[in-house]
Amino acid sequence: MADAIASERGAETLALDQRFEQIIERIHPQRLVKALLPPLLGICVFLGLWQAAAERIDTSLGQFPGPVQVWQQVEGLAAEHQRARDKEAAFYQRQEDRNAKKRAANPDATVKWRDYTGKPVFLDQVQTSLVTVAAGFVLANLVAIPLGIVCGLSSGVYRAVNPIIQTFKPVSPLAWLPLVTMVVSATYTSTEPLFDKSFLTSAITVALCCLWPTLINTTVGVAGIDRDLVNASRVMSLSPMLHVRKIVLPAAMPMIFTGLRLSLATGWMVLIAAEMLAQNPGLGKFVWDEFQNGSSDSLGRIMVAVLVIGFIGFLLDRLMLALQGRFNWDKQAVLR
Amino acid sequence: MKANYLELSGVGIEFETGGKTPFRALQNVNLKMAEGEFVSLIGHSGCGKSTVLNIIAGLHQATEGGVILEGREVVKPGPDRAVVFQNHSLMPWLTVYDNVALAVDQVFRHSKSRAERREWIEHNLALVNMDHALHKLPSEISGGMKQRVGIARCLAMQPKVLLMDEPFGALDALTRAQLQDSLMQIQADLGNTVVMITHDVDEAVLLSDRIVMMSNGPAATIGDILTVDLPRPRDRLALAEDARFVHLRHQVLEFLYARHGVAAATDTGAKPVSAARVLAVEGCDRTDPVGRSAGDSRAA
Ligand SMILES: Nc1ncnc2c1ncn2[C@@H]1O[C@H](COP(=O)(O)OP(=O)(O)OP(=O)(O)O)[C@@H](O)[C@H]1O
Ligand SMILES: [Mg+2]
Repeated sequence: MADAIASERGAETLALDQRFEQIIERIHPQRLVKALLPPLLGICVFLGLWQAAAERIDTSLGQFPGPVQVWQQVEGLAAEHQRARDKEAAFYQRQEDRNAKKRAANPDATVKWRDYTGKPVFLDQVQTSLVTVAAGFVLANLVAIPLGIVCGLSSGVYRAVNPIIQTFKPVSPLAWLPLVTMVVSATYTSTEPLFDKSFLTSAITVALCCLWPTLINTTVGVAGIDRDLVNASRVMSLSPMLHVRKIVLPAAMPMIFTGLRLSLATGWMVLIAAEMLAQNPGLGKFVWDEFQNGSSDSLGRIMVAVLVIGFIGFLLDRLMLALQGRFNWDKQAVLR
Repeated sequence: MKANYLELSGVGIEFETGGKTPFRALQNVNLKMAEGEFVSLIGHSGCGKSTVLNIIAGLHQATEGGVILEGREVVKPGPDRAVVFQNHSLMPWLTVYDNVALAVDQVFRHSKSRAERREWIEHNLALVNMDHALHKLPSEISGGMKQRVGIARCLAMQPKVLLMDEPFGALDALTRAQLQDSLMQIQADLGNTVVMITHDVDEAVLLSDRIVMMSNGPAATIGDILTVDLPRPRDRLALAEDARFVHLRHQVLEFLYARHGVAAATDTGAKPVSAARVLAVEGCDRTDPVGRSAGDSRAA
C-alpha cells in the first residue's frame, strides 16, 4: 500500500519533471529574444526620454523625478512598509504582555484589546482601492446586466429607459460625489456599521459611473441577436427564462464582456478621482496627501503611485480578458 | 389520412413600411393540404414564399384570413410546426447533441424520461447520419452537416407539419442531391406533412406531391398548383429520362418564365433582384448533371 503510494508519487514528480523539460524546450532562446526585444527596447527608449525630460523640469518641490529617483522612492516605500509592519507587531506584542501581566495579578480583571491604528502605508492604500473598485464594479453590474437584457429584449422598455441613460452617462464622477456623500451620511446611520462610510461613498460613485458601458453594450448585444435564432427559440416555445439562459445570454456574451471591460477601466479611473476629492482612503488619497505634504520626495512618490495605478489598470484588463476567454463559446474569436 | 389537415383560407398580409401605405405582400392565399402530403412552394424571389411559411409557423400574423391545422387556428409559433431555416440557425454555442436536446427537452420534458429523451435525440441524429459528430460545435462541421442537424432538430420535435425554407439552397449540388434522397427516405418512413420552399425546379418535381407556384408580388397569391403524380419511391436517375418528369418540369419552368417571367417582375419594380434570381434558377438547372452523378455514385 505505502509502496504503491510512493511509486505513484514518483511517477507524479517524473511527469512534472518532464513537463518542466518540455516547457524549457519550447522556450527557444532565439524566439525569446525576438519576442522580448521590441517591448524592452520600447521601455528603454521611454525611460531615456523620461530621464532627459525630467532633468529639464524644475518645480517648487525640486527637480521632476526621473526613473532613478522613482526607483529610490519605491525602495523608500518598501522600507516604510516594513517599519510599519514591525511597529504593528510590536504594538500587539506589548498589548499581549500587558494583558497577560494583568491577568496574572488578578484572574478576573477585564482586559482591553485594541486594534492597531497606524497610518496606512502604500500597500494598504492599494488594497483599499482594489476592494472598493471591485465592490463598485459588482454593484454596478448586478444592475446593468439584467437591465441591459430587459432593454435589449423589449423595445418599449428601451425607449422608456434610453433618455435617462443618455442623460446620466456623460456625468463626471466629481459631480456625483457630493450628492453620494451627503446621501450616504444621511441614510447609513447604523451604530455598528459593516462598512466605512467613505468606502460606501467611493464604491457607489464608482458604480454610478461604470454602470453605463455594460448597460449599453448588453442592450446592443441582446437586441442584435440573429433573428433566425430568436425564431428558432420561438418555434421551440422556450419559456422566457430558458430563452434568456440558453439563447440570449450566450449570444450577447461577447458584447457583455466588451461592456464589462470598459466598465472596469472606467471604474478604476473614477475611483482614483473620487478618493482624491473625497479624502477617502485609497490610492487617490495617497496621491493627494503627498501633494499636500510637499516634501522633496513627494513628486517621486506620486510618480510611483501613477505607475502602480497604470499597471493595476493593465492587470485588471488582462484579468477581464482571461475571464472572457473562459466564458466565450467562440474559441476562434481573437480577443484583444 | 385527413384531407383537410392544414388549411390556409384567404390569407393576406400587409407590412408596415414607414411609408404612407402599408406594403401588401400576400393576398387571398388559399391552400388545403392532406396529412402526409409533401408540397413545394416555388416562385420568384421576393414574391412572398417565406412569408407564407412564416404565417403557417405563426412567426407572422396574417392581416386577414387564417391558418387552420387539425381544426385549430394557428395563433403563435409552436413545436408542432417545426421550421428548418435556410441558414440552419443552430445555436453556435451548443454542440450538435445539445442543439437537438434543447428542442427535445422542451417538447418531451413531461412525456419522456431523461434516458428516453437521450435515446430519442441520438435516434434522430442517426436518421440524418449525424450520429458520428454528437459533440462537435456547429462551427466544426460542414454546411451540409449543419443542415442535417437542423432537420434532425425539427424531426425530433415530432411536428404535425415540417416547414422548410429553402433547406438545401446554400449547399452544393452533390450534397443537395444526397440530402434530397435522405429527406425522401425519411418522409416515406415517417409520413410527415411537409411544406418546402425551393428555387430548384428539379427538386420540386422530385420531392413533391404538389407544387404550388406563386405569382409575383406585391399582393402575390397562388398562381397555379401542379399535381405531381409520379409513383413513389422515386429514383432520380430513372426519372431524368421519364417523359412525365420532363413534362412536369417543363410546366413549372413555363409558369416561372413564360407567364411570370422577368417582364412581369419588372412591373413590380424589383427588376435587379428578379433578374438575378432567374439566372439562379437556370443555374440550378445546369447543375443538375452533377446532381445526377451524385445519384450515380450513391447507386454504385
Ligand atoms: N418584416 C417585413 N417587413 C416589411 N416587408 C417585408 C417583411 N418581410 C417580408 N417583406 C416583404 O414581403 C415580400 C415577400 O418577402 P419574402 O421574404 O416572403 O419573399 P420570398 O419569396 O421568400 O423571397 P426569397 O425567395 O428571396 O426568399 C418582399 O417584398 C419583402 O420585401
Ligand atoms: Mg425566402
